[in-house]
Amino acid sequence: MVQHAPAEATTSTGTPPRRLRTLAIVPAYNEEGSLGQVLEEIRAADPELHVVVINDHSTDGTAEIAERAGVSIVHLPFNLGIGGAMQTGYQYARDHGFEVAMQIDSDGQHDAAEAHKLLEPLARGEADMVIGTRFAGVGDYRSTPGRRMGMVMFSGVARMLAGLKITDPTSGFRAVNRHGIELFARDYPHDFPEVESNVLAARHGLRIVEVPVSMRQRAAGRSSVTSLRGTYFVIRIMLALFVSLFRRYPKTVEDR
Amino acid sequence: MIPLRVSIAAAIAAGLLLLVIIELIRSRRLQERYALLWLLTGIVLLVFALWRGALVKVSDVVGINYPPSALFVMAAFFILLVLLHYSTVISELAAKNLALAQRLALLENRLREEALEQEPER
Repeated sequence: MVQHAPAEATTSTGTPPRRLRTLAIVPAYNEEGSLGQVLEEIRAADPELHVVVINDHSTDGTAEIAERAGVSIVHLPFNLGIGGAMQTGYQYARDHGFEVAMQIDSDGQHDAAEAHKLLEPLARGEADMVIGTRFAGVGDYRSTPGRRMGMVMFSGVARMLAGLKITDPTSGFRAVNRHGIELFARDYPHDFPEVESNVLAARHGLRIVEVPVSMRQRAAGRSSVTSLRGTYFVIRIMLALFVSLFRRYPKTVEDR
Repeated sequence: MIPLRVSIAAAIAAGLLLLVIIELIRSRRLQERYALLWLLTGIVLLVFALWRGALVKVSDVVGINYPPSALFVMAAFFILLVLLHYSTVISELAAKNLALAQRLALLENRLREEALEQEPER
């Protein structure tokens, strides 16, 4: 179900005839320290990309920074958490007729210059969802041993549960096409959206491809997952994964 | 086997509970769909408080030596049911709340951007 994209398939097939209408969703909760730079990088990498910042009821200067950058902003009336914010982004993409939606974290972890790597498999019609993977030897991303162990465990469980082979299930650097947008606008997991949405997408028959990307250390702020809460996190995510597997799904993507 | 006073007290308590529930429904402070479980609780407790033979039999079947304890068990069971029901109600409300917040935020964004587009023409 999951194929790995050939490492350098990017230039060999040539550019697609028409540029897909693409949206970059940047969820932000109190990221005034890094958001400005992230938005600048996105513009530098691709000036035509439409960017929407989902301001998850930040209490710092996040809204002003987005305002000044001249991007679209959706202000949530109260804090929904990353899952609710991301889903809002996908709903925005659906309502405005975007063909591709990509998510980029506002903490500077994702390198906007690599966004094109995520978009190419979609443009070629080879995938419905593309995940940027950190563990392919690119970049200087290092995580703590505990976190790495957790990720290995999650991908193991996800593989067992859904037949998914994803090496970096917690990566938030990803892009989906129309099928993914429709699906995620309607139904998006809330607690651990990255891991769960993989299962969700696979269950709905979306074709998932991983591409290697580099990841940087966070420019500012802290990961929402601290080592103290690690155990709690593992238990909750396991429960969430089992629920993703056994729950009933409203309906699958119609035309596949 | 069952002290008469226990039966009387339990019956009064169950009766009062039923009266309060009915009054809450009557005054529209409790919607019927949330009152059903409570009504059932009150009725079951009242029936077993009054019908002493049945309570003794039930206690016997499940191995409870002191029949009034069975009343406690029943009450506890129904409280669990009610709590579980509330959890489902809260989950549903949370989902609706989320959808409303998203809808509101997207509409607000659309409104603001349309206003911005029209501004230069004036």
